[in-house]
Amino acid sequence: MAKKNPAGKRSAQGPKPAYGKVRLAETDIGTTVFRTDPLIVKDHYEIDYIHSYAEDSRFFRDLTEGKLSGSECTGCGYRFATPRAYCMECGAATRWIELPLEGRVHTWTTCYFGSEAFLKETPFNLALIEFEGVNTLLLTRLIGATEKEIRVGMPVKAKFRRLAQFKPTDVYFVPAEKP
Amino acid sequence: MRPVYMISGGITKFTKAEPRKSFRVMVKEAFDYAMRDCLKLTRERIDGTVVSYFSDHFTRQLKAGVMAVDMCGLVPKPTIRVEGGGATGGLCFQEAWRHVASGWLDCVVAMGFETMSHVNTWKGNEFIALASDTNFDYPVGGFYTGYYAMMVVRHMHEFGTTVEQLAQVSVKNHRNALHNRWAQHHYDLTIEDVRRSPMVSYPLTMLDICTMSDGAAVAILASEEVAEQVCANPVRVLGVGMGSDAMRMADRPHGEVILLKHEDPKWYKGLKYPGVHSFRAGRMACKMAYEKARIEDPREDLDFVELHDAYTSSEIQTYEDMGLCKYGDGGKFIEQGQPELTGMIPVNPSGGLIACGHPVGATGLMQAVFAFWQLQGTIAKHNEGDGYIQVKQKKGPGRRRMRGAIHSHAGTGTYVTVSILVSTR
Repeated sequence: MAKKNPAGKRSAQGPKPAYGKVRLAETDIGTTVFRTDPLIVKDHYEIDYIHSYAEDSRFFRDLTEGKLSGSECTGCGYRFATPRAYCMECGAATRWIELPLEGRVHTWTTCYFGSEAFLKETPFNLALIEFEGVNTLLLTRLIGATEKEIRVGMPVKAKFRRLAQFKPTDVYFVPAEKP
Repeated sequence: MRPVYMISGGITKFTKAEPRKSFRVMVKEAFDYAMRDCLKLTRERIDGTVVSYFSDHFTRQLKAGVMAVDMCGLVPKPTIRVEGGGATGGLCFQEAWRHVASGWLDCVVAMGFETMSHVNTWKGNEFIALASDTNFDYPVGGFYTGYYAMMVVRHMHEFGTTVEQLAQVSVKNHRNALHNRWAQHHYDLTIEDVRRSPMVSYPLTMLDICTMSDGAAVAILASEEVAEQVCANPVRVLGVGMGSDAMRMADRPHGEVILLKHEDPKWYKGLKYPGVHSFRAGRMACKMAYEKARIEDPREDLDFVELHDAYTSSEIQTYEDMGLCKYGDGGKFIEQGQPELTGMIPVNPSGGLIACGHPVGATGLMQAVFAFWQLQGTIAKHNEGDGYIQVKQKKGPGRRRMRGAIHSHAGTGTYVTVSILVSTR
């Protein structure tokens, strides 16, 4: 790109001051306009976060080793299928526990629409999974069964992505028996 | 806490997109409507404001609250922004109530807005879903309708609720809104229409779900002294309640029902509560508001309810949380016509969120405005002479003044506010 003459600097031609003659360099950036009355334009916005999983980090690391980790309260023994650092019931710290890799569908749905980030994945099934001896549930994707086949109480088992994305979708569930 | 009165209210007509007006002008128009309806009130008498809008993402303008306030000429008076997901408007109403009830200020304007048309619907769904746990929920589902669909699938499993019963809620609310000029949608529907509309997330169809909207609403609250001086027909805020629950639906416990005064623990033997089929925050908010307002039995002591029907399913779940019927009977309750205008207790005579629209920060205040007009008996005056949805006071021995409840709800039931209003006529 050609180097612009910075505004306010004297021209190379001579010592003449630029008063009244300075102007911004024009660009070809432009703006996408949808309507002119009222004036509606496209306004782009995007950001990459430097997101730390912090105290939840181990859950995501464990998924890469085919382990499903939850939390157990060191005070009251309450067991959480979705990990949390402190107990919601009594406030005591929790410790990590390994969850069974088999559970049952507590409830489910099939999404035909979604938010923009997931539209291309539709239709997909969501399910909340219950585990024997664990007090709370885990939200997950369920594959290998259709809307007509899934039912509450259906036995399911965990599967793990071979190439991890370090997202909660590194684990997903499939029917444990032929639906 | 001293008595607090609502002395005026105003709303803009909610609409899919209002590109000709910014949120500031929408709030100003709702504010002007309220000021015109209470001519003795001058701007000088207003001591401060509480402003609510849900999402900085939609607005793409941080600290937008004060821009609405300066447009209304209410600077340099105190102002604060309140946010709490879908319950943002209800929280705003209650914060303004606290400002006055505490004795700190004498006259406060609660103002709310949302401009959701600034992104496409699917991006909007993404913004809303960011109000779920972004480590464990958003990356898996990323879709609130999906979360509500899972809740109602469990409700259907526990209690035998049917998709036709869900559809009936949509039919009722849309039918009420045929007589509400402020509503976004005016549809005369059948149960088949609702079931035949596109499936969004099983079992919820497009017509089971509220839409995104642009709009604003304003409620003006005042002390008894100010109310007496400027308003001929004020409405008293009789009691407010609020509740909360875990952000993650997956974390909800399976314990015992929190009982309301009129309920019998025998009704709920073996029911695991709240699970994902009920809203513990809603029950907590009701219990608190009913106690403050001395409501013994909401089925008899309330004349109408404006509740947060973001989904037909959540209206059914909320009948139960509010004690309008037993837990599990919500489906039968609508099937029997109990929440219809002519039923035992009209629910969402305005048309609710499903028909009126849901510009989040304004929604809870819209409910307050409709409840205010109901209790004043001025629905027709504000509705081009159409008083069809004006609720009549329940008759019976020992009836007190007409009372209504407004219910505002966030997330998968994370924040819920309930406020009880009573007529002074």
